[in-house]
Amino acid sequence: MLRLMQTIRRFEERASTDYVAGDIYGTVHCYIGEEAVAVGVCSALNRDDQIISTHRGHGHCIAKGADLNRMMAELYGRETGYCKGKGGSMHIADFDIGMLGANGIVAGGISIITGAGLAAQIEGKGRVAVSFFGDGASCAGPFHESLNIAAAWKLPMVYVCENNLWAVNTAASTTLAVQDVAARAAGYGIPGIVVDGNDIFAVHAATTEAVARARAGDGPTLIECKTYRHRRHTERPSQPDVRPQAEIDAWMKKDPIDRLVDHLQAQQGQLSVEEWQAMDAEILQQVEDSVSFAKASAFPSPDRVTDDVFAA
Amino acid sequence: MTVMTYAEAGMTALAEEMRRDPLVWAVGEDLGRGGVFGQYKGLVEEFGPERISDAPISESAIMGASVGAAMAGTRPVVEMRFADFALCAVDELVNQAAKARYMLGGQTKVPMVIREPMGMWRSSAAQHSQSLESWYTHIPGLVVAVPSTPADNKGLLKAAIRADDPVVYFEHKNLWGMEGEVPDGDLLIPFGRARIEREGRDITIVSWSSQLHTASRASGILEKQDISAEVIDLRTLWPWDRDAVFASVEKTGRLLITHESVSVGGFGAEIAATVSEYLFKALKSPVRRRAAPRIPISYAPLLEDVVRVSEAQIVETVLEMMSS
Repeated sequence: MLRLMQTIRRFEERASTDYVAGDIYGTVHCYIGEEAVAVGVCSALNRDDQIISTHRGHGHCIAKGADLNRMMAELYGRETGYCKGKGGSMHIADFDIGMLGANGIVAGGISIITGAGLAAQIEGKGRVAVSFFGDGASCAGPFHESLNIAAAWKLPMVYVCENNLWAVNTAASTTLAVQDVAARAAGYGIPGIVVDGNDIFAVHAATTEAVARARAGDGPTLIECKTYRHRRHTERPSQPDVRPQAEIDAWMKKDPIDRLVDHLQAQQGQLSVEEWQAMDAEILQQVEDSVSFAKASAFPSPDRVTDDVFAA
Repeated sequence: MTVMTYAEAGMTALAEEMRRDPLVWAVGEDLGRGGVFGQYKGLVEEFGPERISDAPISESAIMGASVGAAMAGTRPVVEMRFADFALCAVDELVNQAAKARYMLGGQTKVPMVIREPMGMWRSSAAQHSQSLESWYTHIPGLVVAVPSTPADNKGLLKAAIRADDPVVYFEHKNLWGMEGEVPDGDLLIPFGRARIEREGRDITIVSWSSQLHTASRASGILEKQDISAEVIDLRTLWPWDRDAVFASVEKTGRLLITHESVSVGGFGAEIAATVSEYLFKALKSPVRRRAAPRIPISYAPLLEDVVRVSEAQIVETVLEMMSS
């Protein structure tokens, strides 16, 4: 789990650097600081369970097992990328591992993954579907419509709200009518659970319980993970950061990776300083390799631009 | 051949496809009681509530969940009740369904049919009468079907259910009760293949959906005045049958497009522009359109009629074109 969390962090640090350097286009939304949520949730899932992500999707991809090379190639807009260079950061998907895509529309994925949950229920093989979304999306219509349908039909769903306290540059405290997003579960008669989203063990435990409930046919659970993004909404240098410095500083001290490393190192024989350094070096090399792979890959040919508009 | 109504033809198409493929299912409001226009009558008895699924009044979740279920391998038929109501789910249709295959690099497909009953019907006023088919022709990734007869409603709906792309399927509310002969068994009408409703030599009239019948009646009036109009039913607007329209205009040298939807930005403009670009020299008179003025649809019948293009207006326009 630590390896996956650190992979997310190192991958995104590099993506940010290369974005600012102009090698990656469009925009990049970093997940850094929230890694315990994606990894804590996905480590409680099977490979054929399905997830859907948000505009801040790299962490969910990596946590579900996506290939760094194809991810970086997509950010670089290359034909070897997951979406053949047609999607970019906000649309990475890998259907082979049950990752149905990042999504450029806030709340856009929630109803889609609810449909995947419906398909799983019809199929009857015990698969579950997990929706990742933020505090901002919990104020949008599709969140409420989807929770109601999933609850009414007892779909095998887990709804994971990553409450990082800010919807772009607006504080959740000014836009949410309730203290906790999890309280909204009451309106749909399903469990709503608040967990410390920077504590991977807490996230994993809550997800494990919710997944068991979903697989048993007892319907959906809403899990709210309180967390924080270390960086601005996007990596665009002109993007403002209106968050109070004291708030940022306080959350930096609760870094989920530091906490896990401290926890492991406090336990005799779990993780030595040398082992941790070696793991980090390996991860940095994998990220470096992914950049080399991306740079060595061709851009998609313009004559492929009409591919996949229609089936035929 | 069996004589049946336009609504029955759609029901037959859905029932045949649901018997053929267990992955086909339908979802929407009030389907269990047969749909708001009775176009699902009896289906829940045969297929059960899992496959004829009653949803809450949650258009965006109905559409979004269907996108997910389509990506997961099923073939949902989504009932939106009125084309107007589908606007509550445009994000899921336009930003998600239409783009998923492309933006995800061909990793997935979204085989779904979105049924949108359209058009003016019994003074239903501004929010239950619109014809918005041209909006969806603007969106890459969407197929747009506009059947005008019972046979086409069967053949196009079956083809739409089997298609691997999202198909926005407009049934005209005014046609539910229209009777016609419908071929039995596997009738599949390919997209982008127009139907010649009536052959003629002097002018080409292109239309679709309910307005096609108005154009057809107008051509009967014109015939008595010795003007032979060729009436073409496009059947699908995307893809649309350019070859059939071009062949006809090359023969007649005149083109009128008529549709119930608003003229400004309507699909008639696209056809007119395309013919002007490619067949300008074949034209004996300027291309014309007869479509609705840019006014919300009224409740009072006399006001509703103001935005309805009549056969008299079509005849009048054709006579102007013939004399120019």
